Amino acid sequence: MFSIFGVPAPLLFGQLLLGLINGGFYAMLSLGLAVIFGMLNIINFAHGAMFMMGAFVAWMLLNYLGINYWFALPLAPLIVGVFGFVLEKTIISRLYKLDHLYGLLLTFGLALVLEGLFRNGYGSSGMPYQIPALLGGAVNLGFMFLPIYRGWVIVVALVVCIATWMLIEKTKLGSLLRAATENPALVQAFGVNVPRLVTLTFAGGVALAAFAGVLAAPIYSVNPNMGSNFINTVFAVVVIGGMGSIFGAIVSGFGLGVIEGLTKVFYPQASDTVIFVVMVLVLLTRPAGLFGKAA
Amino acid sequence: MLEVRGLNAWYGESHVLHGIDFSVREGEVVTLLGRNGAGKTTTMKAIMGLVPRRAGSVRFRDEELVGLRSDLIARRGIAICPEERGIFASLNVTENLVLPPVIAPGGLDTDTIYTLFPNLQERASSQGTKLSGGEQQMLAIARILRTGARLLLLDEPTEGLAPVIVQQIGRTIREIKKRGFTVLLVEQNFRFAATVADRHYVVEHGRVIDMIENDQLDANMNKLHHYLGV
Repeated sequence: MFSIFGVPAPLLFGQLLLGLINGGFYAMLSLGLAVIFGMLNIINFAHGAMFMMGAFVAWMLLNYLGINYWFALPLAPLIVGVFGFVLEKTIISRLYKLDHLYGLLLTFGLALVLEGLFRNGYGSSGMPYQIPALLGGAVNLGFMFLPIYRGWVIVVALVVCIATWMLIEKTKLGSLLRAATENPALVQAFGVNVPRLVTLTFAGGVALAAFAGVLAAPIYSVNPNMGSNFINTVFAVVVIGGMGSIFGAIVSGFGLGVIEGLTKVFYPQASDTVIFVVMVLVLLTRPAGLFGKAA
Repeated sequence: MLEVRGLNAWYGESHVLHGIDFSVREGEVVTLLGRNGAGKTTTMKAIMGLVPRRAGSVRFRDEELVGLRSDLIARRGIAICPEERGIFASLNVTENLVLPPVIAPGGLDTDTIYTLFPNLQERASSQGTKLSGGEQQMLAIARILRTGARLLLLDEPTEGLAPVIVQQIGRTIREIKKRGFTVLLVEQNFRFAATVADRHYVVEHGRVIDMIENDQLDANMNKLHHYLGV
């Protein structure tokens, strides 16, 4: 068994893998947050609750209806997306003319309500969700054992991030989203139904969080707090990447996951704070974030 | 084609338009002349549904537009080229050009647009706001020519541009008139307006105070100088 900087290789690579997995979740969650912030100008504190709901819906589909992981993967985001659609139409859309603070308060309250509801129904100890049979087991990579499901999560997270980036940067729909982020009134005056675009953007961002939630269900236990555990870090990721920057959200999501993982190996005491240290450093040198445009 | 009667508009507490009346016939180029702050741009925005509050009547092809959302107004066949041009920084030239959805048949195709504005083709993949002021103005006009909208609202297209570019914009406006578009033009520069327009409405303090046919412009020069304070 070889070692790197005095650290046994399996430990190092194991933490690196964990870092990449967490990074994948950070990236997927901060992507949705970035898109929603860009279009709605709302900092969605309920994003973690949507992630949690994705996992819960997958669990419910399996345990109540016998619908397995592979069907839950598209179905749970769809269900949570519809929930987001209704949420935007009925409540969030009333806030656009008000200060940012109101959006923050509302979504924070929503997150508490949703978590409370699930805690009331299912307790907070967490419920297991089986890894699908096809993705069970592990492969020996020579330098470490890679649980197949974890490899799958990293690959899927990457694919989803790249696909979202392509959708926004390279398609007609994406150019509408970018233009409406810049100047919604003018885009609407060209004949685009911007309010509907905004609703669909919120639903899409929320569905992305729910998708991440389904992916996470077999790794973490399905519990009402699983979103809030993530969301603080994800906000730091969004700030580091640059508010509203898609590319920044992806790069800093994965990057910070890895930094966090490596910190666990070399200086475990700092692993909970390292992301926030990075955030402070980035804000001191680049107040708009690594990839953000100065306001 | 366009009938504006008693149009009022407000920005918050301030009452900007106090009963604008004018009309535009199909195929005409009509200008709104007036000093800064007279309400010309606000009139454009009020027609397009871009002011927070408006009252009165705007009829387009016998359909009332006051009360409609701006995207629905656009879908009736009106397109705006705003004063600040509204080129999107996060879109390249081609994306800017094809952004406004096609709302009806009868718009110019991309080839014709590139013939009219060859610069846009050369700079197709540049970031929209990296273009020169004149090119951005061309882009802002070009993108509303392909949507099939037949009434074009052009808000000070010559503002801040070099004389050679102003001439090119004049040629463009005459060309689109020839192709049957109807144009409502806001201008400060009445010498430019005289080279493209059929009629001129003079706007002052949120009202239309006079209408001058283009061929009567010379005879009314003193009056016009008085109105515009030039």
